[in-house]
Amino acid sequence: MVVNSVHWFRKCLRLHDNPALQEALNGADAVRCVYILDPFFAGAANVGINRWRFLLEALEDLDSSLKKLNSRLFVVRGQPTDVFPRLFKEWNVTRLTFEYDPEPYGKERDGAIIKLAQEFGVETIVRNSHTLYNLDRIIEMNNNSPPLTFKRFQTIVSRLELPRRPLPPITQQQMDKCHTKIEDNHDQLYSIPSLEELGFRTDGLPLAVWHGGESQALDRLGKHLDKKVWVTSLEHSRVKTCSLYASPTGLSPYLRFGCLSCRVLYYNLRELYMKVRKRCTPPLSLFGQLLWREFFYTAATNNPNFDRMDGNPICVQIPWDQNPEALAKWAEGRTGFPWIDAIMTQLRQEGWIHHLARHAVACFLTRGDLWISWESGMKVFEEMLLDADWSVNAGSWMWLSCSAFFQQFFHCYCPVGFGRRTDPTGDYIRHYIPILKDYPNRYIYEPWNAPESLQKAANCVVGVDYPKPMINHAESSRLNIERMKQVYQQLSHYRGLSLLASVPTIQEEAEPPMTDESQTSSGPDSPQRVPANTEEDVCYEAPDSSTVCPSSTSAPHPDQEYQAPCISSGCHTDPSHPPSLSSIQRHSPPLKSKPCSPSSSCSSQSSSLGTKRKGLSRKVRRGQRQRGRQYCTLTAREEATGQEETMEEDMEQEEERMEEEEETCAETAGQLE
Amino acid sequence: MDRSDITYRYRSDTDLNYWIGYRRKIKNVIRSIKYHESSSQNLRHAVTHLRTLARRSSMHHVIERLWHAGPVGGLDSIWSFASNPAFHLRQSYPERSKASVMKRGLQGNEQEDGGGTSGGCQKTLKRSRKQRREKDLEDEEVRWECLPQEILLHVFQYLPLLDRAFASQVCRGWNEAFHMPELWRCFEFELNQPASSYLKATHPDLIKQIIKRHSDHLQYVSFKVDSSRESAEAACDILSQLVNCSLKTLGLISTARPSFMEMPKSHFISALTVVFVNSKSLSSLKIDDTPVDDPSLKVLVANNSDTLKLLKMSSCPHVSPAGILCVADQCHGLRELALNYHLLSDELLIALSSEKHVHLEHLRIDVVSENPGQQFHTIKKSSWDAMKRHSPKFNLVMYFYLYEDEFGPFFRDEIPVTHLYFGRSVSKDVLGRVGLNCPRLVELVVCANGLRPLDEELIRIAQRCTQLSAIGLGECEVSCSAFVEFVKMCGDRLTQLSIMEEVLVPDHRYGLDDIHWEVSKHLGRVWFPDMMPTW
Repeated sequence: MVVNSVHWFRKCLRLHDNPALQEALNGADAVRCVYILDPFFAGAANVGINRWRFLLEALEDLDSSLKKLNSRLFVVRGQPTDVFPRLFKEWNVTRLTFEYDPEPYGKERDGAIIKLAQEFGVETIVRNSHTLYNLDRIIEMNNNSPPLTFKRFQTIVSRLELPRRPLPPITQQQMDKCHTKIEDNHDQLYSIPSLEELGFRTDGLPLAVWHGGESQALDRLGKHLDKKVWVTSLEHSRVKTCSLYASPTGLSPYLRFGCLSCRVLYYNLRELYMKVRKRCTPPLSLFGQLLWREFFYTAATNNPNFDRMDGNPICVQIPWDQNPEALAKWAEGRTGFPWIDAIMTQLRQEGWIHHLARHAVACFLTRGDLWISWESGMKVFEEMLLDADWSVNAGSWMWLSCSAFFQQFFHCYCPVGFGRRTDPTGDYIRHYIPILKDYPNRYIYEPWNAPESLQKAANCVVGVDYPKPMINHAESSRLNIERMKQVYQQLSHYRGLSLLASVPTIQEEAEPPMTDESQTSSGPDSPQRVPANTEEDVCYEAPDSSTVCPSSTSAPHPDQEYQAPCISSGCHTDPSHPPSLSSIQRHSPPLKSKPCSPSSSCSSQSSSLGTKRKGLSRKVRRGQRQRGRQYCTLTAREEATGQEETMEEDMEQEEERMEEEEETCAETAGQLE
Repeated sequence: MDRSDITYRYRSDTDLNYWIGYRRKIKNVIRSIKYHESSSQNLRHAVTHLRTLARRSSMHHVIERLWHAGPVGGLDSIWSFASNPAFHLRQSYPERSKASVMKRGLQGNEQEDGGGTSGGCQKTLKRSRKQRREKDLEDEEVRWECLPQEILLHVFQYLPLLDRAFASQVCRGWNEAFHMPELWRCFEFELNQPASSYLKATHPDLIKQIIKRHSDHLQYVSFKVDSSRESAEAACDILSQLVNCSLKTLGLISTARPSFMEMPKSHFISALTVVFVNSKSLSSLKIDDTPVDDPSLKVLVANNSDTLKLLKMSSCPHVSPAGILCVADQCHGLRELALNYHLLSDELLIALSSEKHVHLEHLRIDVVSENPGQQFHTIKKSSWDAMKRHSPKFNLVMYFYLYEDEFGPFFRDEIPVTHLYFGRSVSKDVLGRVGLNCPRLVELVVCANGLRPLDEELIRIAQRCTQLSAIGLGECEVSCSAFVEFVKMCGDRLTQLSIMEEVLVPDHRYGLDDIHWEVSKHLGRVWFPDMMPTW
């Protein structure tokens, strides 16, 4: 039988370590590599010109690599659901391959395409290559819910076998076996569009700082590793001023577009570490950024509302302000805080900022100063940030705005002090906000405090040439700490005076930390065995979500049984997501029993409430409930607002669980009636 | 058997399962209430059941379906029902009840066999559905009505307002219960504008109803307003209509920006005075970030001096030290007070520690700098000592939002502070003084410090602050060894230990990968530094 393959490029824009592409080539008579984009949609979508440029460059690079193998990239205009039926017929396609997309939107789209292919009798092969691990496996190992703390995630990952080894790039030989004749009108029909065709105006467009493409990515990977060798402390490199600028060894945009395989990076780091550190097992912290990416992918994969507050079971409901003017000032770098404005300018011009810079602007927009929803900030990043992944972007914004993952909210980055700590001279600011270039170091982070004569001498009068600070940071951080405290106290049912104790900690942290044993025992890990691993690739594939999908019903990962843990403060409880606040505790469970904190020892009532734990008997809680029923006075411990509910919640959680069990019985019984 | 007809009406299986499950449970609940009315344990159990149902906001589904009350509209339709009980009850329920009683007698077991085979014919489906429902109802129907008022009240107290509103449509008794004063003692008005908030607001019709029918029942009231001036004004409009109520608790809470500060002061004051004058027994008042002023505090004192226990008024710029002194002088029952540093005076502390005054429990002071380089007054050690003598167990909570050079007057002498929060960068020097002069310190949070490690300061704090049980460090630096030493000295009394990963500087003894072990060992529980995503 003739096998005509189509490989559909989406996120993994590369020829190395591309298992789905290998599948396409495997025994095929003809292979065509397609990329589908809708120029009409492109202009309208919330993606900025820098990101488009990066993508188009990546496609150019892919095309030129394919040319070297006597093949080409087919860029097809349109929507996948419209394009594929046409291609299937026109090219007489029998096999379609693509990489597994773990994001909810992608899963839905792919499900539809698989079904469509089925109708046309086209075999579909999906392979996991955008993430290190099989995310569903991680979720399964965490009792079928995604881990909500990074520590927990690391613990689980350390128990997994190592990620699948990367595959080699496809070769001329492989390609020759399934050579497809390229028509003369290929460039007419399937060329890579220009930015103009996508509706962007390119006159005066500054040169790109980041160039997309696999070749560029591999080049950078080499430099990245060279640099690592010279860094004395491999695990922990402190922030240097220079790292605020786009680095020639930065990789994050390339990981985002799949120009670089995360597994290639993983194994390169690993081998480098073992070479330098004489064959000892690398700590997980070596793979920091890769694991964070994986963490957020895992958290998002079954949560279609991961990018919003409303209806998102892991997101704390915070009464953010809606303030379009303030948002615009932030997005356009007109806040009057040079540190914030320089970062936003760099982001707009170059499409990349250092992760500490991201923390600074994200904190400023949300819980730190402006009290504007993280969703707005996420959208701005989505437009401008080259490495903005849907999952990672939303997840990081939730993290930094303390909307999820149980963060201490007192860590607020000061828009003056944090910048000064990071770059004491302020040269970073002078680079991106040239109008401030003549300010002395002392005032560069707070020009509004400079004497007027100095402002004039520096040719930049605050309020005229550069905006005044849009907000009084001291005042706004005072307000915002109070607001956050209010929200979190409601969440944790804590009414004491401690600020730190108002943040609930999550039970899963109580898991024993990974030990050296658990790390080493996690897989065929010792250096001696590394060469042998090549053969083990086959078995690694098995748990790796790579599934041929012959049946029409099976989307790669059916997720009808979506059960994300739910943290909704107050009454927004959607019956379809059973709340599982039960996993939350105020304190990490102690290894041995602890006396109650002195902070709450001064009044009898506050001590009973303040040190209340899940472990206490329900009897005690009932007593409290009845006392609460007397509607005692509003005190620091009990706000008038719904004190009843909050006192009740704890009890509720337990009983709800009982309830659920009963319900199952009741249901069965009910159906029998 | 005939599941098809049910699924026909209920959109999905999930829906169906909910219905079946809940109906059955309610039946049990009612039974237990019926037979064990005297047994409070069973009652509690029953109530928990109902409350759990209600929490999933499925109560109204159940009730609606049990009673076949027709499609449920939004809040508006509920309120038109609720405000017109006579019409509502006469028109629908008695008739339906009667009809069902009749049918019940007539049709008995018949539909049990009949319904299943009816296939696609809509008419048959419809009828069989109705029959089924009536059959299912027959057990509990009477008992629903029999629920005594006090039990209903008990149950209703656990239901969210919306579910109570739905429930109030069920029958006359439930409708009456809905309006019982006990259910309207506590209310939280949420005032949000669609343009400035993502959250829902309390429905205007509901507000009207409350003012009309329940304003004299209100006792514990709070207003949550978003950042818009309109919301703050709406809150004050409601306040000024509460003429015949006697509030015990009033909280004005701005959830985003201090919007009460943006409205005309006179409007705010007059609304607030209405409450002060009419409520003779206010005990708790939370009015942070509002334009309250001295004269209005005088009105408060004149009417509520015997009952006032809690007053929170951080950042109220129109109040003077004399104004707050007047409150402290006259309200001898005051136990909790929150205010800004500029209102704090030696006289105030002396007044609070006078013999006539009850023990103070909490004093919260916000130290905020309005303009850089501001000079702050000092409080005498003798005043703090008097305070400590009078209320030996009181908590002093201090939040600092100062520039580094403004700390001059602070921590020079011993101060009985228990909870300290530094919102901005604070110097090593000041933290050193904290270690010397804050023996009662329980919690310390330092958001930022310079680039020099805080090693000696932390060790000193561990030595001198023997009650310290919580510490949080943000943008600071501490060497790993010093940190381990600190934790070792404090031991397991450190219940809260929140340290950013970047704070810890690896040294010759500990690296970042092993410090959590060392610290966990001394704490007696698993500990990790806080981390931020590398992104």
